[in-house]
Amino acid sequence: MNRFATLFNALDQSTKTTTKVAALAEYFIHAPEPDRVWTIAMFSGRRPKRAVTTTKLREWAAERADIPLWLFEESYPIVGDLAETITLVLPPPTRETDHSLSHWINALRALADVDDAARKAFVLDAWDQLPDTQRFLFNKLITGGFRVGISQKLMTRALARATDRDEAELAHRLMGNWQPDSITWHQLIEADDAQADAARPFPFYLAYGLDDAPETLGPPEDWQAEWKWDGIRGQLILRGGQHFVWSRGEELMTDRFPELARAVDFLPDGTVLDGELLAWGDGTPQSFNALQKRIGRKTVPKKLLSEAPVILYAYDLLEDRGEDIRHLPLSERRARLERLTADLPADAPVIQSPKIPFDDWAQLHALRDTARDVQSEGLMLKRAASPYLAGRKKGDWWKWKLDPLTIDAVMIYAQSGAGRRANLFTDFTFAVWNGNDLVPFTKAYSGLTDVEFRKITAWVKKNTQQRFGPVRQVTPQHVFEIAFEGIQASPRHKSGVALRFPRMLRWREDKPVQEANTLDDLNEMLRVYG
Amino acid sequence: MADPLLTFTEHGIYCARGDFYIDPWRPVDRALITHGHADHARWGMGQYLATDLAAPVMRHRLGDIPLETIRYGEVRDIGGVSVSFHPAGHVPGSAQIRVEYRGEVWVASGDYKVVDDGLSTPFEPVRCDHFITESTFGLPVFRWKPQAEVAADLNAWWAACADAGQTAVLGAYALGKAQRLLSMLDPAIGPILCHTAIENTNAILRDQGLRLPDTVHATAEVDPKAHPRALLLAPPSATDSKWAAKFGARQTGFASGWMALRGIRRRRSQDRGFVISDHADWNGLLWAIEQTGAENIYVTHGYTEIFARYLNSAGWNAQVIPTQFGGEEEDAA
Repeated sequence: MNRFATLFNALDQSTKTTTKVAALAEYFIHAPEPDRVWTIAMFSGRRPKRAVTTTKLREWAAERADIPLWLFEESYPIVGDLAETITLVLPPPTRETDHSLSHWINALRALADVDDAARKAFVLDAWDQLPDTQRFLFNKLITGGFRVGISQKLMTRALARATDRDEAELAHRLMGNWQPDSITWHQLIEADDAQADAARPFPFYLAYGLDDAPETLGPPEDWQAEWKWDGIRGQLILRGGQHFVWSRGEELMTDRFPELARAVDFLPDGTVLDGELLAWGDGTPQSFNALQKRIGRKTVPKKLLSEAPVILYAYDLLEDRGEDIRHLPLSERRARLERLTADLPADAPVIQSPKIPFDDWAQLHALRDTARDVQSEGLMLKRAASPYLAGRKKGDWWKWKLDPLTIDAVMIYAQSGAGRRANLFTDFTFAVWNGNDLVPFTKAYSGLTDVEFRKITAWVKKNTQQRFGPVRQVTPQHVFEIAFEGIQASPRHKSGVALRFPRMLRWREDKPVQEANTLDDLNEMLRVYG
Repeated sequence: MADPLLTFTEHGIYCARGDFYIDPWRPVDRALITHGHADHARWGMGQYLATDLAAPVMRHRLGDIPLETIRYGEVRDIGGVSVSFHPAGHVPGSAQIRVEYRGEVWVASGDYKVVDDGLSTPFEPVRCDHFITESTFGLPVFRWKPQAEVAADLNAWWAACADAGQTAVLGAYALGKAQRLLSMLDPAIGPILCHTAIENTNAILRDQGLRLPDTVHATAEVDPKAHPRALLLAPPSATDSKWAAKFGARQTGFASGWMALRGIRRRRSQDRGFVISDHADWNGLLWAIEQTGAENIYVTHGYTEIFARYLNSAGWNAQVIPTQFGGEEEDAA
């Protein structure tokens, strides 16, 4: 595993993309083929089935390190990573071996068939022969979750360089349901695959947030306005009698949204649509909450299909009867989209996302303020003459989002983060006043600068009132302005509400704790916006 | 039972009988200082007492202060209390302070490490009844490798940077850590350039007779092109500055005990982290405590609750002492 450890260190130690790609490409040329396949698998979130429970791992590690289990458990949240905590507490290895990555993976898979005593003997023996990084990686093979700043895109670029193949082709080859234990390097990377062409998506065009007023964009007649939907951006491909659904992250989601299969009955072959996947009901888009039940599900039970049916709200046409039309102006693409979708029956899984007619910017300002009423996050502004570009480009497409809702809340609990935020208090629970009581209503993790996180961490250490494992109850003293996108009633929460995308907008060091908002304020927001 | 010889007050560790403080964080009449780091040697004391080895740096940092000096092992009587300073091995001149009155012995260790860094006077265990210990790295996940191993990694990194035409920029605290790194670097690889804050401290320590390799003062005027294959040593705050950018293509490294944790390494966005600390690691802390023979352990500065709980479970009588040390732990340690 030495070669894999060297690769891991090279990736982990560099902050530069070019260095990472070079290290990966080098590895994909020289490593044994089964190791290459497993490496691709792990860096794309696949891992061998967990052979040992993490509970057992902790017990064995504490025992081997000759420390009480509670001390191990206290150390874990500070390190922020279980595999790393184990690596650090264990004594140095007494001997060193160098087996391949696949050797260790196969050995771990074989553990499924033996009893706990044999598993323990194997794991302790492995720990005792693996130095630093290799020991960490061995633990990661068991616990899963490699995060080395390698996106699918970077890995694909490295593969393209190592194999002299087209990046987009490789990107597609890595999609879908292949299993690292039953596929060879040749099958995965080199073998001919006619289906790849049919399924290949176009790169998505992404908009920038509009910071200034739209008046700065020029004459309104040059622009097209649409609601900005709070769903999942998706591309629907109809080619060769088949259909494919891709996410913006270039993840193939065809199986997750079986409703869209019927699109082939309504739309001609050689059609590619860009749009938003939304839960649909009563002839209108439903809240993100309804869609949330479908996210993360690889297959969908019948009940959920009828409770939260999903449609593609289409706003762009990229391929028309087999012709790539991305170079055409948006106004022309839009006209073709409207013709294509004009006569679809009401139960078709594709619906045209309407344009919003407007004459001047003032009208649009007023409309934007009503976005929440239609389950929208704001407006999209697209230049009528714009081609469909690739990636995030400034100039032609803008998202003009609603200002978030905000509330001033008191920090009452703090917990340290994981990964690169380990040993830093970054995860906070916030409360509002109800009489003299503080009622917790949300957690938030993001929005502060590193400097602010360090400052609040120092404060938390000195103002801890009580500890519950990794969670610290702190003196209620600091007020933060919490921003969020939506609010819903929720019987599961003590406060009775659940927020959508809460984050810290500002640390209100100027605000005394008594002046934070109240539960009544929160309920009023629920009444108005919920 | 009589009042304890040392108590913990809002000004810091206090000896009522001798009417003096140890490393106080607010102005007091009489302060005994363990070492020159900013969170221990503060401005505004009526009178200072520190080791002769620590004095020059303190004068450099705090200006013209009323400072008396004392040698390691020398015993001084302050109001009937016997006071002596003993090597803490943390940085050159750093001391543990031993306080004795009628057979009751306390040792305030300040910051310490138990391995010999080749530069500071090595740590000497002092027998006592009451031991005040830091716990910056008081968790079993912190176990330092031998200095020679880290030195080999460090020099290999520098050589690789030099071969690739990059300047190796290494971040380290200006007093102690920087000089320790200097003593670990292999000058055969290339020239060593130092930031003003570090070079000033180097000059003071060289005057005291410490042997450091030759360095070049990296002023604003220095021409980077005149120093190919250079390693640039700078305080952590300066490794990303405009001043550092002058040195063209470069990699940054950071040397600290905190670099043992991958999360912190990644958070700091350095190219390389070198695990080297002037504080004791887990085993070092336990060894030092064992050596004192003390029954009562007072834990400050670091993972106090966890470390004290462990000590209690292992048979000591340990308690946590709140502290105001350690505002910038991740930079200094």
